[in-house]
Amino acid sequence: MDNTLRLDKRVVFWVKSVSDLSHACASGLEFNTFANYNPIDLTDQSPVIAVTDLIKQFGRFAALRGVSAEFEGGKFYAILGDNGAGKTTLLRTLAGLNHPSSGKVTILGADKFHDICHQVGYMAHPSLLYDEMSGMENLAYFAQLYGIAGSSRCAEVISSVGLDPELTRPVGQYSQGMRQRMSLARALLNDPKILLLDEPFSNVDIHSAADMVRLLAGLRDQGKTIFVVTHQASLLEGAADEFVWMAEGKIVGRTNELRPPEPLA
Amino acid sequence: MNPTATSKASGVAPNAAAPPARGITRATLLKDLRLEWRSKDAINSMLFFSLLVVVVFSFSFDPSAEESRQIAGGLIWVAFLFASVVALNQTWAREIRNQVLDAYRVSPAPPNSLFLAKALGNFVFVAVLETLMTPLFIAFYRLRALGPAWQLPIVAALGTWALVVNGTFFAAMSLRTRSREIMLPLLLFPISIPAILAMVQATTAILTDESSARFWIVLLVSYDLVFTTSCLLLFETILNAE
Repeated sequence: MDNTLRLDKRVVFWVKSVSDLSHACASGLEFNTFANYNPIDLTDQSPVIAVTDLIKQFGRFAALRGVSAEFEGGKFYAILGDNGAGKTTLLRTLAGLNHPSSGKVTILGADKFHDICHQVGYMAHPSLLYDEMSGMENLAYFAQLYGIAGSSRCAEVISSVGLDPELTRPVGQYSQGMRQRMSLARALLNDPKILLLDEPFSNVDIHSAADMVRLLAGLRDQGKTIFVVTHQASLLEGAADEFVWMAEGKIVGRTNELRPPEPLA
Repeated sequence: MNPTATSKASGVAPNAAAPPARGITRATLLKDLRLEWRSKDAINSMLFFSLLVVVVFSFSFDPSAEESRQIAGGLIWVAFLFASVVALNQTWAREIRNQVLDAYRVSPAPPNSLFLAKALGNFVFVAVLETLMTPLFIAFYRLRALGPAWQLPIVAALGTWALVVNGTFFAAMSLRTRSREIMLPLLLFPISIPAILAMVQATTAILTDESSARFWIVLLVSYDLVFTTSCLLLFETILNAE
């Protein structure tokens, strides 16, 4: 992106923040920096996520070895690669769960994940749900963590992933596919702008997986940015906007079609 | 699956305000109580362990009423201390099963709400255990307080909080270690020595009426204040440690 344009946007952001602050003080409202946090007014062409020289080490092992990339908003990214390529580590670092050993991650203009955590939905390989509670009970609890009152939103997202909100069975008795869908519902609960999904189709039958892909493509069409780490890349052919190929802790190529870049081909 | 249902989020503001800490503490506490009510993992183990201690020691020593008053303070609190470790290990075990703790970490909920809810939950579990076990202790050891018995619930509440606040913190700290069941007592017991000493001495003083429990109660209050504050200050670092 043009440096002058980026600088202009930062100036607009600071002016807007100062304006918001003075407006809040003048109107006598309680000012909460978290609640009034407004990221840069991003256009479709601006990166929602920028990663610069990202290195993540676990002891002596470097899972990410200098990842630099920019990702535009409103797109569907499939992150592909062999086991140990660093896909999950990259996703967890974007989700604020891993701290970078060095390098920088900027999401929606913020350097600290906590500032934008209510704009991000994260789905991990495990379900991130309590086995002893029903889907509705689980989502009602997580809704409270995001300050979402009432159960209507929970019922809405459960229905949107094709499950029945009235189901009283504990999640521990769900099939793996149902658990994956409920996990996706949890990630959608706060209506995030960015969705980070780690292996959402694993152990899901082909029809349910296709349904999930359609749901995700629909969300992309509404302007959300979606990252999916998967080994089932063929499911995303025609749906994903870009395939990001990783190997040995680095991004080795980005293609618009499901075709490995030259070094991997 | 319906993507339109997820986009026009009902009641979800794009820049939602930070959720209230007190509400999250309450929600997490109620969730933990509900999970324990359904699984009964902690309370059953604690009850059986305490029951064994009462019965085994009673048959081993067969103390007289006077001897019981001298040893009961130590016996009761050692039984509760070991039993509470079971509950403390269970607390966080639930959160790492299916990595649910990660869902909390990526949310805007404050870390201290989670810590307080967990500590309060453990306090409830251990208090239930104490309530159920106290009549058995009285019956097996023919206990009768010669001093001001009204001070006993105060000592019990302060002592229980001292155990659970440190226990919850150190259980979280040992969460990512390989042998956390062993690690928790190794971390918890040494740091709890001043509190255990105060609990035992205060209980013995009340049961025998040979001295005042006032000093020990003040020590327990100070211990609780210092360690509650320290744990609250440090918990965020523990939660986000890798």
